Amino acid sequence: MDTAKIEEVAFNILKQAVIYLPDDVKQALKKAYAEETETGRIQLKTILDNIELAEKSKAPVCQDTGTIIFYVKAGDKAKNLGKVEEALINATKKATAEVPLRPNAVNPFTGKNSGDNTGRNIPYINWEITSGSDLEMTVMMKGGGSENVCMGGMLVPGEGIKGLKKFIVDAVVKAGAQPCPPTILGIAIGGGADISMKLAKKTLLKPLTEHNPDPEIAALEKEIYEVANMTGIGPMGLGGKTTVLGVHIDFAFRHPASFPAAVAFNCWASRRASALIKADDTVEYLTHKLKG
Amino acid sequence: MAVYKLRTPISEADIRKLKVNDVLYVTGTMVTARDQAHRRALEFFKEGKPLPLSLEGLAVFHCGPVMSKQGDKWIAVAAGPTTSTRMDIFEDEFIKNFKVRVVIGKGGMGKRTTDAMAKYGAVYGAFTGGAAILAAKAIKNVRSVEWYDLGMPEAMWVFEAEEFGPLAVAIDSHGNNLFTDVQKTVEENKQRIYQKLGLSP
Repeated sequence: MDTAKIEEVAFNILKQAVIYLPDDVKQALKKAYAEETETGRIQLKTILDNIELAEKSKAPVCQDTGTIIFYVKAGDKAKNLGKVEEALINATKKATAEVPLRPNAVNPFTGKNSGDNTGRNIPYINWEITSGSDLEMTVMMKGGGSENVCMGGMLVPGEGIKGLKKFIVDAVVKAGAQPCPPTILGIAIGGGADISMKLAKKTLLKPLTEHNPDPEIAALEKEIYEVANMTGIGPMGLGGKTTVLGVHIDFAFRHPASFPAAVAFNCWASRRASALIKADDTVEYLTHKLKG
Repeated sequence: MAVYKLRTPISEADIRKLKVNDVLYVTGTMVTARDQAHRRALEFFKEGKPLPLSLEGLAVFHCGPVMSKQGDKWIAVAAGPTTSTRMDIFEDEFIKNFKVRVVIGKGGMGKRTTDAMAKYGAVYGAFTGGAAILAAKAIKNVRSVEWYDLGMPEAMWVFEAEEFGPLAVAIDSHGNNLFTDVQKTVEENKQRIYQKLGLSP
């Protein structure tokens, strides 16, 4: 496939993600609005009005346009894979200038902002090899407020899932108003300190309507959803019934001596978009119908 | 829950009328300031250097906006609040030295700021996090940008706003802090959740 095409599609998904929230998130916010207390309703109304206005004016839904993370599923027979990284970097620079996005890439040593959302390891690219000749690209634009409360920990294996539940509840309570609730929780256990956090973050890409196919894990997702909403943190931490919109759980097998756990938070402005480029350069936009 | 519409410069007497849970809309001049602008402003004060403008009676907005330059004019594209707790280490001195009356942000602030607001007469108005386009719509004019060397998010932007809000008054000038109240309730609820899940505290 053509590198100009890859760059064009990457630019389009960046633009889609940052302006148009996914339908499942909008539906969940509307449902929450209908059920909220007075204080919570004011917050959710402001959120819903803002989403609508962003779409109308084709502007980023939130001024924190996030850290840009790509998830690429590359078919083993797809062409030009060695040039994908460059195309994604170029698309990021172009989107920063043209959408526009806020320049959010800062050198941690010098404090200098690169001005174009790129820098060492940023945008970050997660690669997965599949069979075939398609290239599937997903972008997550991850807000800083919700990133700041993500929690990784090494739990005690003997405490099992009970220990995990406590870890999650404590993380939600500690996060309080900071991650712009109502949030979406991505949780993962096992693998290792890095693997659990990577999986936790990746589950944030799943639509809220999708639950874990394993009924036991799905039940745990539901239980966490219910207790997180019992905290009373509410929209923007001002009190109310809706603290989380949904919970996704994933796992990897663990070392017998280790129980890595990770809770990744996403703010209500869950920005994600995917597209598939086929070998003949035809494009299918998977999360958003192409919007200008 | 009362609704107030105030115009800058705001007097101490007017700000003292506000109570937590009231709703506030601000019209007039506001400046953005995040970590870096707070730090620099306080350094300027220490060195006896004047700020680019007097902040007395104005609103300070914890915001790193997306700005776009059209011709020679800046436009606020998206301008929602950032997490205010990061500014807790600066805000008491900031309120004391510069006499701002409204601090706008998200997520609330701590005891140091709450005490300074009670002492010098200021409130914290919580603006819905992420509601960046609604915020930008209320910004009618970008008067200037100061300290642009700090980068777009960290610079001090001087905005003229019209009915900027709704701001939930979450810290008033009488020592009340809605976020602290919610935190207390949440701690109590946490114990109920532990019980429900069969966890020991």
